[in-house]
Amino acid sequence: MVDACDIVVVGAGPAGLAAAEAAASQGKRVVLIDSQPRAGGQVWRHDVLHGQPRVATDAIRDVAGNANVTCLEGTQVVAVEPGRLLLQDAQRGFHLAYGALVLATGARELLLPFPGWTLPGVTGAGGLQALAKQGWPLRGKRVLIAGSGPLLLAAAATAQRHGAHVVGIHEQAGASAVHRFAAGLWRWPAKLAQAARLRLELARVPYRTGSIVTAAEGEHGVSGARVRGRQGDERIACDLLAVGYGLLPQVELAQLLGCALEPEGAHARVQVGPWQATSQPRVFAAGEACGIGGLDCARVEGRIAGLAAAGAPVPPTLVQRRDRARAFAASLREHFTVRDDVRGLANGDTTICRCEDVPLGAVRPHADTREAKLATRCGMGACQGRICGSALAELGHGPRGGTRPPLFPVRLATLGEPVLSSVSDTRGYTS
Amino acid sequence: MKMSTVRLTVNGRRVHVPAGISVAAAIALVGEPFRRSVTGESRAPLCGMGVCFECRVRIDGVAQQRACQRVVNPGMRVETDG
Repeated sequence: MVDACDIVVVGAGPAGLAAAEAAASQGKRVVLIDSQPRAGGQVWRHDVLHGQPRVATDAIRDVAGNANVTCLEGTQVVAVEPGRLLLQDAQRGFHLAYGALVLATGARELLLPFPGWTLPGVTGAGGLQALAKQGWPLRGKRVLIAGSGPLLLAAAATAQRHGAHVVGIHEQAGASAVHRFAAGLWRWPAKLAQAARLRLELARVPYRTGSIVTAAEGEHGVSGARVRGRQGDERIACDLLAVGYGLLPQVELAQLLGCALEPEGAHARVQVGPWQATSQPRVFAAGEACGIGGLDCARVEGRIAGLAAAGAPVPPTLVQRRDRARAFAASLREHFTVRDDVRGLANGDTTICRCEDVPLGAVRPHADTREAKLATRCGMGACQGRICGSALAELGHGPRGGTRPPLFPVRLATLGEPVLSSVSDTRGYTS
Repeated sequence: MKMSTVRLTVNGRRVHVPAGISVAAAIALVGEPFRRSVTGESRAPLCGMGVCFECRVRIDGVAQQRACQRVVNPGMRVETDG
């Protein structure tokens, strides 16, 4: 039974799990919350057929078995006030007070519009991987994977393990950029080994560089993709089309808390000091929210943030490991930069805001995303601009606007919740 | 190893699906449509991680639930507007 909570960690991926473990090791009472039904985040998402990697089950067991840590899965942060969060799960809404906060909110995929991208069967690349792990039926399906970055290989491997026939991987970056990236991987031996394993597993899958999906075609769902590559244009038949242009930090909660952000390409990341402190007192951030850095980076930053949030000293070796892992992130960004022609795929009729069905042509005349929102409803739907706002930022229409509560669509009853100061209170609370 | 199954209803159809899968996966598995957009287009999940809201459905009478964020439960009633 937990009577009070010293530290709340938001996000139970590699960074959040490491932060919770580190803070709990200092004797702090920690609450770890995640909107997904199970801990692990995206990279360690539980696979209904293949479970989780050993390193993930170890990390989750360490936290779940720790008497100082309470895990609240299936729980979403919907609003913040000084010193407390408003949370919602499938049943109820409740407040949770904290002494310090660690934001490990991770990343989402950069999904860019192209003609036909709203057809059923068109997903993100990471999106397809997540759906496959949830049990989405892939056996015998022809899957085409496109976009940019190493996630394409991971998504293809997962799809194949679930019985899909991966008809091709189309990387937008040119051959020379991909080769330079691969040639530099020796500096991160674990990444090199992972890349080699994936290439071996996908040995029979065509991998093309300098190749982009220009349109999805189909009547009621996707039946093929238009692909433009070095050999010209072609149509490739497929049952599922998974396109993702890499990852971007999820900073909405940090933004709501008033944490300073800094640019990450056309997007934003949380600004942190050497010990993962944000610009706001008692608020720390770790992992992808601080810039896309990958698994190793997230784990070491989570550990630093957990120790710092607990007021414990941070060993200099951890800071060195973090800086080394961050260098990998820089290499990723450099070699998988989105090409200009990808930004030009959507035409005036292409839907940009999928929630409100706003075409790109309706948004273009407006000076910024705020004006476009007021005039066209672009970004006013359920996803709150997470998809279209990030896409518009990448397309050069200016940065996403500020974040306002609620962070996610919320049930009305949640907003009327009484103040509860402890997790044990919330457990006893039924209505 | 034989997977255990869960019985639920999707748009009134009684179906059996493997235990542990998401509601989104269950809807796809039984071949039901997901959602219609505000202008009437068919839509289906995009992000798979609770961000895009394309998979939202009614679960046990509660509207606007993201099907990718929920694991199937015995007796669950799922309704889509597709």
